[in-house]
Amino acid sequence: MITKVRNHPSQNEALLFERSSPGKKAYQLPALDVPPVDAAEALGAANVRAGIEGFPEVSEVEAIRHFTRLSTWNYAIDHGMYPLGSCTMKYNPRINELVARIDGLAWSHPYQPEALAQGSMEVMARVEAALAEITGMDAVTLQPAAGAHGELTGILLIRALLEKRGNPRKKILIPDSAHGTNPATAAIAGYMVQNIKSSDTGVLDVSALDQIVDRDVAALMVTNPNTLGVFEHNIIQAAEILHKKGAMLYMDGANMNALVGIARPGDFGVDVMHLNLHKTFSTPHGGGGPGAGPVAVKKAFEPFLPAPRLKRSARKWTWDYKRKHSIGRVKAFYGNFGVLVRALAYILAHGGEGLRNATVDAVLNAVYIRKQLEPYFDLPYSSPNMHEVVFSDHRQAALGVHTGDIAKRLIDYGFHPYTVSFPLIVHGALMIEPTETEGKLELDEFVGAMISIAKEAETEPQLVKNAPYGTRTSRVDEVAAARKPVLRWKP
Amino acid sequence: MLEVCGVASPEELFSHLPEAVRLARPLNLPPGISEYEIVDYFRARADENLAGFTSFLGAGVYRHFRPVLVDTVVSRGEFLTSYTPYQAEIAQGTLTTIFEFQTMICQLTGMDVANASMYDGSTAVPEAAMMAARVTGKGRALIARSAHPEYREVLRTYARYQGMPVEEFGYLSETGTIDLEDLERKMDSLTGAVIIQSPNFFGIVDQVKAAAEIAHRRGALLVVVFTEAVSLGILEPPAEADIVAGELQSFAISPSYGGPYAGIIATKEKFIRQMPGRLVGQTVDSRGNRAFCLTLATREQHIRREKATSNICTNQALIALMAAVFMTVYGKQGLRELAEQNLAKAHYLAAKFPPRFQGKFFNEFVARVEGRTPEELNRALLKHKIIGGLPLGRFYPELADSMLLCATEMSRRTDMDALVAQSATLPAAKEVLA
Repeated sequence: MITKVRNHPSQNEALLFERSSPGKKAYQLPALDVPPVDAAEALGAANVRAGIEGFPEVSEVEAIRHFTRLSTWNYAIDHGMYPLGSCTMKYNPRINELVARIDGLAWSHPYQPEALAQGSMEVMARVEAALAEITGMDAVTLQPAAGAHGELTGILLIRALLEKRGNPRKKILIPDSAHGTNPATAAIAGYMVQNIKSSDTGVLDVSALDQIVDRDVAALMVTNPNTLGVFEHNIIQAAEILHKKGAMLYMDGANMNALVGIARPGDFGVDVMHLNLHKTFSTPHGGGGPGAGPVAVKKAFEPFLPAPRLKRSARKWTWDYKRKHSIGRVKAFYGNFGVLVRALAYILAHGGEGLRNATVDAVLNAVYIRKQLEPYFDLPYSSPNMHEVVFSDHRQAALGVHTGDIAKRLIDYGFHPYTVSFPLIVHGALMIEPTETEGKLELDEFVGAMISIAKEAETEPQLVKNAPYGTRTSRVDEVAAARKPVLRWKP
Repeated sequence: MLEVCGVASPEELFSHLPEAVRLARPLNLPPGISEYEIVDYFRARADENLAGFTSFLGAGVYRHFRPVLVDTVVSRGEFLTSYTPYQAEIAQGTLTTIFEFQTMICQLTGMDVANASMYDGSTAVPEAAMMAARVTGKGRALIARSAHPEYREVLRTYARYQGMPVEEFGYLSETGTIDLEDLERKMDSLTGAVIIQSPNFFGIVDQVKAAAEIAHRRGALLVVVFTEAVSLGILEPPAEADIVAGELQSFAISPSYGGPYAGIIATKEKFIRQMPGRLVGQTVDSRGNRAFCLTLATREQHIRREKATSNICTNQALIALMAAVFMTVYGKQGLRELAEQNLAKAHYLAAKFPPRFQGKFFNEFVARVEGRTPEELNRALLKHKIIGGLPLGRFYPELADSMLLCATEMSRRTDMDALVAQSATLPAAKEVLA
């Protein structure tokens, strides 16, 4: 039974371009306090454009209504549980938003003199130090803009170190359970990708790894806990195998929410890793960004980190550009500073103990869901899970109901779906990550919805297959969108 | 909950971890603090930044007023706290705004299609170069020295490991525009991308048409970069470009010490399948109503893995939304008026600080500093709470005597007059000469 939601009318809204009419405006500019300039004269007549064809013309009220109406068509963490596995959709504290907008931080220009940027630099130094402590690594760069960008930075660092040692090598090993960004990153960094099979228990097969690692292997990219939510318990042996052959261990820190305060990658053999501040450290996903993807490294990699680096000299912070071994810049300026401010606010609010408690709660929530749903859904890997749990649609598929259908039906029950059909090693995967944000009431509501859908799959499979029913937009035809792409509005 | 989980304490949930990986001590971080203390901490840091200065810095990051509506919209939890819109039925809000964003970027740039955002302008450049290499099958890239120096550095980092040779071509010392002869000389049959910026790093409207002609004659694509999006309110869009790679920071995105900003890549219809990044397309739902969804995902890493057009996953959606709200608020008439104000302010300032280059400029220009170094002038200005222009010696040794000055609609006449007055009082210069 659906208990969490009931319908209420939602406003229709046309596209901006359809509701525009000539002469309407929502802006105000001060009167010009200098003489006006003839554009054709100043820029050259050929360089001056006619009006921007089709650009919006709406009033202020129309503008706010437009975006407010559209916003109500979204589901969000602020509405309820958002159990997307691997995405760590936790609550985004509003204090983060407030402090990121303090004038002296929000309006600091990246080229303002260092003497006038000490506060911004102190914030960054503090973030670097906290992330080094949390990961057990020796140095951190905050330059990468998101997780995949951090991966690229990390693999380039490995490449640079190996090159310095005489041979950059050719291959990156990637488990079949990995995120798609891992192989895409390796390719951009100029490496060949060799996929390796997970063991029957869903973790790294170290004896197979021992066979595979040779002098052509630059690194193994591993997510820990992996995308099944299972801790790679052989990680120390894997690191030893790699290190013995001169290869490196890269860790994708997407699932760090399972480890903070419990275990540190730096202590279990990881050489280079990235973090997703928009996952573990609560900065908002914002419908797909912005993120920040700091990279943490062991000492040997420090000389190669992107320039510039923060440096303390004579009681003040400076930027050190003289770094001859640096891989270079991966982004203009210093990183997504505004995201770093938010992450630091989260770290300050929690403190060491609070961060660890968050991890414990996140794991408790995931294990609770697993125990409650195990009687109803197939669990392909029985290894103990951490912050997320992955079921398969094996039982429901036999009735013609697939993971994508269950996901859409979950929408009717008032939840955002879990991650569908990932990781690829589980056929018809349902990947569920509750995070520490949810309390027992919301979890029980979710469990109840999932059980109810499992029953519907048995009694009324068609009901599940055609869901959702309660949304203003019913099932969307993605095939048609790709076949004949319409990517912009035209009159 | 513990009972359901079959454990006596939460600690037991971690008992399967090997002892050797467990952290045996608490994290060495101070205890948590309250909201009040957090605000206090960041206010103190903001004070260390010594806000309250008048600034004439531009150089890729511009001071423009942020309409109040922008934060009103992006603070809505429905936008702020939602994920990438994979589940289209409950993400039509985000999807519709991205579709509108893509449309406005096309209208602005004169391109057929724009993606849902890149990390920023600097990373959009290597993405554009890699895209050009895919389209042309030729990996070499030529980039103008008058493109943003840090963007060029980012391109070099990406290119270095991909067997993508990158070379630079010069600018003319009289006009500050690209040196077409140098470009022509450096073109060869292996060049897939010619990359220029307009307005360029010196603020000068550059020669898009001439560069396009040279690039196309030799089978390369022209990539046009912009860092000052407001200029597109008045400048002819770079319609001759094959790819436009830009930075939208000017559209209501706070300078925020360098990020987060939002980049874009826009291109011609025929290159769609080689584009990096997310795209939103129009379709219908099962009831026949218009709907939007992420589309052409077969280019992307989560489907294509190592064969993807880019490794980008998370982009800058919320920042792109800021830009979309900004474009909506200013609209057709406002963006023009805003651009005209910027043009007028910069030309007012330039009347007092003669530009070094003769090229036509929008809202920033290079000025030679007489009698002292730009760094010395800036130190003197700081005493009067003025942050002067960016000294250029750091990026261009041949321009060590010059600074890049920027004026926007937020530069008041009185502030510009103060800059001029303080720059003219030259005790330092007299002392040096004596």
